Amino acid sequence: MTIDIKKKMDSAVHVFLMIVAAVSILITFAIVWVLIADTVKFFSHEEGGGFPLSIIRFFTETEWTPTFLNKQIGIWPLVNGTFMIALISMLISVPLGLIVAVYLSEYASWKVRETVKPWLDFLEAVPTVVYGYFALLFITPLLQKILLNFGIEMQGMNALSPGIVIGIMILPFTASMVEDSLKGVPQDLREASYALGSSRLRTAFLVVIPAAKSGIISAYLLGFSRAIGETMVVAVAAGMYPQITANPLEPIQTITGYIVQVALGDLPYGSFEYLSIFAAGFALFVITLIFNSIAVYLKSKSMGY
Amino acid sequence: MQIEEKKVGFDINYYIKKVKFSDKSFELFGLFCIFLVMTFLFAVCLDLLLDGLVRIKDKNFYLSFPSRFPQEAGILSAWVGTIYVMAGATFWAIVLGVPTGIYLEEYGGKGKIARIIEANISNLAAVPSIVYGLLALGIFVYRFGFGESILTAGLTLGILMLPVIVVSTRESIRRIPISIREAAYALGATRWETIFHHVLPYSIGGILTGLIIGISRAIGETAPLITIGALTFIAFLPTPIWESFFEMLKSPFTVLPIQMYNWVSRPQEEFHTNAAAAGFVLLVLAFLMNAIAFYIRFRVRRKYQW
Repeated sequence: MTIDIKKKMDSAVHVFLMIVAAVSILITFAIVWVLIADTVKFFSHEEGGGFPLSIIRFFTETEWTPTFLNKQIGIWPLVNGTFMIALISMLISVPLGLIVAVYLSEYASWKVRETVKPWLDFLEAVPTVVYGYFALLFITPLLQKILLNFGIEMQGMNALSPGIVIGIMILPFTASMVEDSLKGVPQDLREASYALGSSRLRTAFLVVIPAAKSGIISAYLLGFSRAIGETMVVAVAAGMYPQITANPLEPIQTITGYIVQVALGDLPYGSFEYLSIFAAGFALFVITLIFNSIAVYLKSKSMGY
Repeated sequence: MQIEEKKVGFDINYYIKKVKFSDKSFELFGLFCIFLVMTFLFAVCLDLLLDGLVRIKDKNFYLSFPSRFPQEAGILSAWVGTIYVMAGATFWAIVLGVPTGIYLEEYGGKGKIARIIEANISNLAAVPSIVYGLLALGIFVYRFGFGESILTAGLTLGILMLPVIVVSTRESIRRIPISIREAAYALGATRWETIFHHVLPYSIGGILTGLIIGISRAIGETAPLITIGALTFIAFLPTPIWESFFEMLKSPFTVLPIQMYNWVSRPQEEFHTNAAAAGFVLLVLAFLMNAIAFYIRFRVRRKYQW
């Protein structure tokens, strides 16, 4: 009798746990559904020109002004700003992350690693709005002073300083993933290289890194996608001026920055401005999804050992 | 052939020295890069401390509401709001995350459902946080009608923390040796009894560590809360929980990072001082939580040696 009840309890718990675990799938569906539903509404809204026209305008116009009286809905200025920030941050994060990862995985003693790691964790835990403050009120004035010596003027809002700050901000994230893939390289390869008389430096760069190539690229793609989705640093320090430009010293706006700017105002539910942040968010979601998928694919390929 | 040609001027000792030198230089360079990153972190902390020192020392800063006058403005509503919101987020993260972790590790195995859920969790972890804000705005705020409330904010941050909690739950459960489980089964315990009486108590340290790390990330999250329309100027406290639980859940709120963002985006420099002070409070919170997590991990590692 009691055994019977116990068994029933057990399977009831099993079903309960499965249902709770399935909630995460529901969340994913909810995200995709809400983004698509409101993006569809955005494209069929009369202020955007109705269904087929609005999509064409979305991809062909060169200005993004859904909140103005004269509504232009070309997504490219926002994409331009987003990618510029992400590229600048990768210029910092790729070399620095690789060096830090190689050092931690190939050189550092256990003691050094155990001291450094918690601080890197803390670097990752610092709220992003704090980094925004730092970019706006420390890095920007500093860069302005330095660049003025070369006769270059930089504006108070620009893409460069948030880009640099994001680059260092995502460093612990990318470096630890790169380190993991370096550690995944079998010890045999290293020892074979040492046996041939290679130094640690040669081994690291000519044997270990090439062997861990796809894992490293995958780590950087995830870092890139994180830089694309980063919000508060750019909302504080990059300005609110969506434009197509290649000059990192000018104010720009990213997709995330736009969403913050519009969300700060009081939005009537279902208005064109309200819907526009979902269209922008959907574009952001698709872009990050593409990078994440390539990263996951590369990572699955790197499991060859 | 090449070797023979070189042989005339080739000094093996010199070559070894050169290789050793470049090896050593890279080691120093690596240390230097880490030092650079640490300097950055240190500069952030110091910058906020120096900029905000006047307000950090000021007791009234913690006890007054935001105000038009920078010298009178404080973070009372912000830190109270942060506590309420984080309590909600922690609740949802535990309720959703721990069972999911247990299911994936103990029941799911290599089954199809488990694999789908697993892939899904890692996808969720890579979604930008502001997209969670859009989810909350579109579904919780308007379609469910929860409004711009503590309930919505807690749910949103709880969902945001979910992947961290699931991963840490799984990792700490995985560390429990199979022999513990088999001993319990041998005594006639069901699977659930084994988990509840043996596996969970042993892995609680790891789960707790993950939870604290998750909270420390979520406490600084600003973007999703701005998206759901957290107000930046709140000169009152939420309805206290002891008066009415549901009124509390429905209260509008502000949190520390949003208050800081509001101050930093103003042109007046006096408000920047407040922003720096609020940022320093956030930094201290993040530091404390990471330190606690570090300590628990250290303790657990020493306590259970399988």
